[in-house]
Amino acid sequence: MDRSLLSRRLLLAAPLGLAVAGGVGAYALIERAKRGTYNPQDFNNPLVGHRVPHFALSGLPGQQGFDRDALVAMRRPVLVNFFASWCVPCVQESPFLDRLAKAGLDIWGVAYQDKPEATALYLAEHGNPYRRLAMDPTGRTAINWGLYGVPESFLIAPGGLVRWHVASPLFPDVIETQLEPALRKIT
Amino acid sequence: MIPTWGHFALALGFAIAVAQAMIGLFGPNLRNPAVLRAAPALAIGQFVMLAASFAALVWAGVVSDYTVKNVAQFSSSTTPLLYRITGTWGNHAGSMLLWCLILALCGGVVGVFGRSIPTSLRARVLGVLGLVSAGFLLFTLTVSDPFVRLWPPPLHGAGVNPILQDPGLAVHPPILYTGYVGFSIAFAFAVAALIEGRVDAAWGRWVRPWTIVSWCFLTAGICFGSLWSYYTLGWGGFWFWDPVENVALLPWLTGTALIHSAIVVEKREALKTWSVLLAIATFSLSLSGTFLVRSGLLNSVHAFAVSPNQGLFILVLLALTVGGSLLLFAIRAPVLAASGMFAPVSREGALILNNVFLCMIAAVVFTGTMYPPFVDLLFGLQLSVGAPFYDQAALPLVAPLILAMAVGPLLAWKRAAIMPALMKLWAVGLMSLLVLAVVLLRGHAIAALALAGGVWVVLGALVDLGERVRLFRVPLRQSFSRLFSVPRAAYGAMMGHLGFGVTVLGIAGMATQVHVITVLHPGQGVNLAGYRWTLERVQDAPGTPAYAARQAVIDVTRGGKHVMTMLPERRFFTAQHTTTEHAAIRTNMLWDMFATFAGEDKSGGAEFRFNVHPLAPEIWLGGLIMALGGGISLTDRRFRIGAPSRKRTPVPKPAGTETA
Repeated sequence: MDRSLLSRRLLLAAPLGLAVAGGVGAYALIERAKRGTYNPQDFNNPLVGHRVPHFALSGLPGQQGFDRDALVAMRRPVLVNFFASWCVPCVQESPFLDRLAKAGLDIWGVAYQDKPEATALYLAEHGNPYRRLAMDPTGRTAINWGLYGVPESFLIAPGGLVRWHVASPLFPDVIETQLEPALRKIT
Repeated sequence: MIPTWGHFALALGFAIAVAQAMIGLFGPNLRNPAVLRAAPALAIGQFVMLAASFAALVWAGVVSDYTVKNVAQFSSSTTPLLYRITGTWGNHAGSMLLWCLILALCGGVVGVFGRSIPTSLRARVLGVLGLVSAGFLLFTLTVSDPFVRLWPPPLHGAGVNPILQDPGLAVHPPILYTGYVGFSIAFAFAVAALIEGRVDAAWGRWVRPWTIVSWCFLTAGICFGSLWSYYTLGWGGFWFWDPVENVALLPWLTGTALIHSAIVVEKREALKTWSVLLAIATFSLSLSGTFLVRSGLLNSVHAFAVSPNQGLFILVLLALTVGGSLLLFAIRAPVLAASGMFAPVSREGALILNNVFLCMIAAVVFTGTMYPPFVDLLFGLQLSVGAPFYDQAALPLVAPLILAMAVGPLLAWKRAAIMPALMKLWAVGLMSLLVLAVVLLRGHAIAALALAGGVWVVLGALVDLGERVRLFRVPLRQSFSRLFSVPRAAYGAMMGHLGFGVTVLGIAGMATQVHVITVLHPGQGVNLAGYRWTLERVQDAPGTPAYAARQAVIDVTRGGKHVMTMLPERRFFTAQHTTTEHAAIRTNMLWDMFATFAGEDKSGGAEFRFNVHPLAPEIWLGGLIMALGGGISLTDRRFRIGAPSRKRTPVPKPAGTETA
């Protein structure tokens, strides 16, 4: 057997192999969708039930940011909220975050792909509910957290375990039906 | 009664498609020319039947015939006529019928205009098209029937999804589908060539115009889609890396690669196997992309609700089409005559470089799109891949593509030298560096790179034209008269590159956008980009029976002088309990000004987002130039007079090597 012809045949069969693998995968997904165990519309974050990943972010100029260790060291639950000054739903969410902060919840903010001056202006205008604030200008940390968009919030239990996550603004119905029950479970 | 006729025509279309497939695929072995002549007639007949069927469905929508479930679900008495028509394809079953109609159109077009193609090849091409068509028509007839009837009919329809009530929707899907489905012709040519076991220069020449047609439509379709989300969603973004956008981008990338590689097949009889694979891949990506999104396996805002059973049917169809063609490729491609060798620095070398980068970008987009469902499947992790991944993974690949884009067309075929080509571009390079330096000083690194890249590509395309008319080397008058002898295909290529450069400029401009989000009370204002934006008042705007509207009156001044009044709206759709934001957008083709009315609070304040997007209109202008360029290249004399007759070289018999 001619070796070069064999390798050529293998090479030319590779697209077929890829397509077959894809087809088998799609079939498995359809079967799971039928049984109701697969729903891509669910924005379940992979972090839920796991420890927060490593990160260390600086804050606004002249202020301290926070890192994983600070988050893990907390004795009380923390709501980590990803936001950006350029995001309209974040503005719509801000009064409810304020209310949560006034009610005593620790909210730590991460400004996603934002300029420091824009973030400062945003907080001055719409209020600052954040105990601590970190800047994620490159969005690297957001990728590691599996961010879908802003605003997105993660509830971190003492010890750094991600207990709950939502990929939408924290409107009263979300707070009532999801966040508060999750908080009650922790405390 | 008319919907029943439509249903009947659909069934008849299916029967004709089956006949077309049989005659097309088995006819060439019968050695009976009369049988082969039936194939084009059947293809035309299939198109006529589907056109009649589609017309019947549109008619049912126009007269609001609620005995048709499709109409009752997606139309209502308050829906304006335009959206009663467009609503026909704004839902799953209806859009499937449109899809099949366009597929039949492709067959019909090959039947009518494909006279220069050898009869047996044409019959095989039509046979492949008929087979694909028959599969999808069976799907339409059995599990996704747009003509399902309701009795007794409801008094009112449910209405069109408000976000889809937009003139953009009228043109977007048909254009996009024509782009997707048009690649079926290149696919059919590839499969027919594999069956015949022969790919030569003439094949490249036949495939290219069909590919260019669908590429033009796909380019225009992607452009419209992006423009639509830009002005309808009002968020000032033009590309969100949504799976639906990605699955349109994938065939565009491989289709663009195919247009270029087919040139090499035509001119140098090289890259044959690769081009066949690209043709199969492009249509396969069009198919699987659309249907993966349809089946709800990929998360997207655009997904139509489809039952898993329909998903399974589609998967079987895909397995037959994609798997079948790739199996044929794996068996037959090794015996296609191997391509000749050539120098890396040459026109064909540059075209290969183009293919490599385009396909790598396609691989990045493919990975990002398919990663979430497959990671979920294999590791049980649910995650999403967003813009940060694509930006970081694709940018390093786009940059060398842009660099090579200006140089490639200046290289000669067979053997070229890189230095003379670069010498011709020194002024362009200088300009680009100047732009880079100026913008870099203003602190926009990404925008600076992109702007410089756009300038490089645009001016590079102009240099290419200048070279062709020997500008400054012969008297100007002579250069001018030479303009008329430059082949149209060269103009097309130049415009394609120019348009891409213009789009890059637009994207660069978007990177420097400025905006402000603010709450204003009447009389208050805010400064942005040298303009003063003042809220005069918020008022009720004239609505329609379908929605009520609130409108903000924004006075925009510059240096105290009135510039314009902007009227952004919020619309409340009563039937669906949804609100949509209609941004006020003003453009002067060099920058866009956006005012979005985001909401009102109880104290009388209203929330706004004002954006200024420099160069944003160029994103779509560039796409339009690209599509036009494709259109111009189609009018090239070479394509109009048809290909030269094919050499009758003996078919390489696969029998001897099959056992290897």
